[in-house]
Amino acid sequence: MQRSPIVVLVPIAFLVGLYFAVFSSVAEFLPALLNGLTVTIKVAVPSVLLAYLISVVAGLGRLAPIGPVRWASAIYIEVFRGVSLLVILFWLYFVLPEFGLTMSAYTAALLGISLNAGAYGAEIVRGAVQAVPKGQYEACTTLNYPVWHKYTRIILPQALVIAVPAMTNMTIELLKGTALVSAVTLVDLTAAGVRQNQMTYRTVEIFSVLALIYFCLAQVVRFSGVRIEQFFNRHLGAD
Amino acid sequence: MPNEKIRFEGVTKRYGALTVLDKLDLSINEGEVVTIIGPSGSGKTTVLRCLMTLESIEDGVIRIDGEPLNMMERDGTLVPASTGHLRKMRRKLGMVFQSFNLFPHLTVLQNCAEPPVLALGVKRDEARKRAQELLEMVGMSDKHAHYPAQLSGGQQQRVAIARTLAMQPDILVFDEPTSALDPETIEEVTSVIRALAVKHSYTMLMVTHQIDFAHDISDRICFFDKGRIVEQGPPAAVIDAPSEARTQQFLSKVAQAR
Ligand SMILES: Nc1ncnc2c1ncn2[C@@H]1O[C@H](COP(=O)(O)OP(=O)(O)OP(=O)(O)O)[C@@H](O)[C@H]1O
Ligand SMILES: [Mg+2]
Repeated sequence: MQRSPIVVLVPIAFLVGLYFAVFSSVAEFLPALLNGLTVTIKVAVPSVLLAYLISVVAGLGRLAPIGPVRWASAIYIEVFRGVSLLVILFWLYFVLPEFGLTMSAYTAALLGISLNAGAYGAEIVRGAVQAVPKGQYEACTTLNYPVWHKYTRIILPQALVIAVPAMTNMTIELLKGTALVSAVTLVDLTAAGVRQNQMTYRTVEIFSVLALIYFCLAQVVRFSGVRIEQFFNRHLGAD
Repeated sequence: MPNEKIRFEGVTKRYGALTVLDKLDLSINEGEVVTIIGPSGSGKTTVLRCLMTLESIEDGVIRIDGEPLNMMERDGTLVPASTGHLRKMRRKLGMVFQSFNLFPHLTVLQNCAEPPVLALGVKRDEARKRAQELLEMVGMSDKHAHYPAQLSGGQQQRVAIARTLAMQPDILVFDEPTSALDPETIEEVTSVIRALAVKHSYTMLMVTHQIDFAHDISDRICFFDKGRIVEQGPPAAVIDAPSEARTQQFLSKVAQAR
């Protein structure tokens, strides 16, 4: 197997971290950053899962034979793609309470991010489903597959393989987008960095560590995507 | 009087302004092997696709065992068929595609064992057993754990035939089953189809450009041109001694190409 950059990057990140820990006053701000990282991960992981679910549902909905389902999906996709994540977060956390709907900052962050990413993901899923060769649909028809099984057993498994690279991209975008949750008072990795900078003025160190952590997280996502693709390709014989 | 299995009555199919099937009448009896030959674009594939309900038709009726396919009777009048009616009718039909259309993410055995479970409600064990028998019959049992991409074209087509048979259709439909194959592997597929026609006496409707093969296995040849049957009859008549000028012209062109 080809060695992934992550194998190199993680130790480098570790060594750089070690350097700061030993040779500078990293100990001052690192614990706060790690708390921030925990918040980022707590927001990102469920958001990713929810975004995937929304992607599949809305992506298929966009292709549904039933008009209202198709329209509802289209409206959802256009609205949540068209409005920036920051504005969505403001709406969920500050505007909805005006209408009597209150939620915690964490819930607002999770919902906002997954609704926003889900809108992009839905378009990816739609494209992937449409990219499954027509012959696969026709085989399902002539073999009398029930609609449910046609999608769950034949079309979606193939569409998801097609969607993996674009979904990886979307996931990395989502990850970086979590930095906006400070807008609804959560202290995520970025917010923690900004605070520590105001307190310690270790600007170079703090934002270097920040950049490195985000980079490593993105690499984890990318690496998972590549592995998933390899797994599928082995079965589909595409490589 | 033999049983009439399939009947096209004045079937018309259009794509926009292009009339692909022009008031087609065609009748096929039980156990009969009918092969459609004709130039490219004459509507051969379209006949099969209409039969398989993959295309809608603008006019006419297709009947299977006397029952309308794309329409159904309700209160004495014909109304467009419901999904349930289409599903019921399609159970009698099995299609083998030019490009196989195997499911790439399933193994050979899964390709043949899963459709009967999901579409017919056959028990899993039973479906597996039957799939294994069918793979044995097409000479593919040793590859049951392979994925389609690991097989040659001829092998994939044999699996596709087994998958179609696993649905226990009465009628087999083949659209140029050997056109996507290397010359060396054509024989392995045609011998399987020959066995189905001769030994198992399925009702078969086939499109092929392999005139010798068609001559060999068919009870009747239909020569198609511009969405109409120009000439039909036993191979000895249509292929060996065609009476229409258009048929003669087509056959001599095919002979030259060989
Ligand atoms: N989906 C479609 N939209 C528009 N025109 C179509 C479509 N499918 C087929 N046609 C046209 O209908 C005509 C008949 O097509 P068909 O595929 O039945 O021909 P064929 O006899 O099977 O030819 P070949 O020997 O090349 O397979 C052709 O002119 C083709 O271009
Ligand atoms: Mg054709």
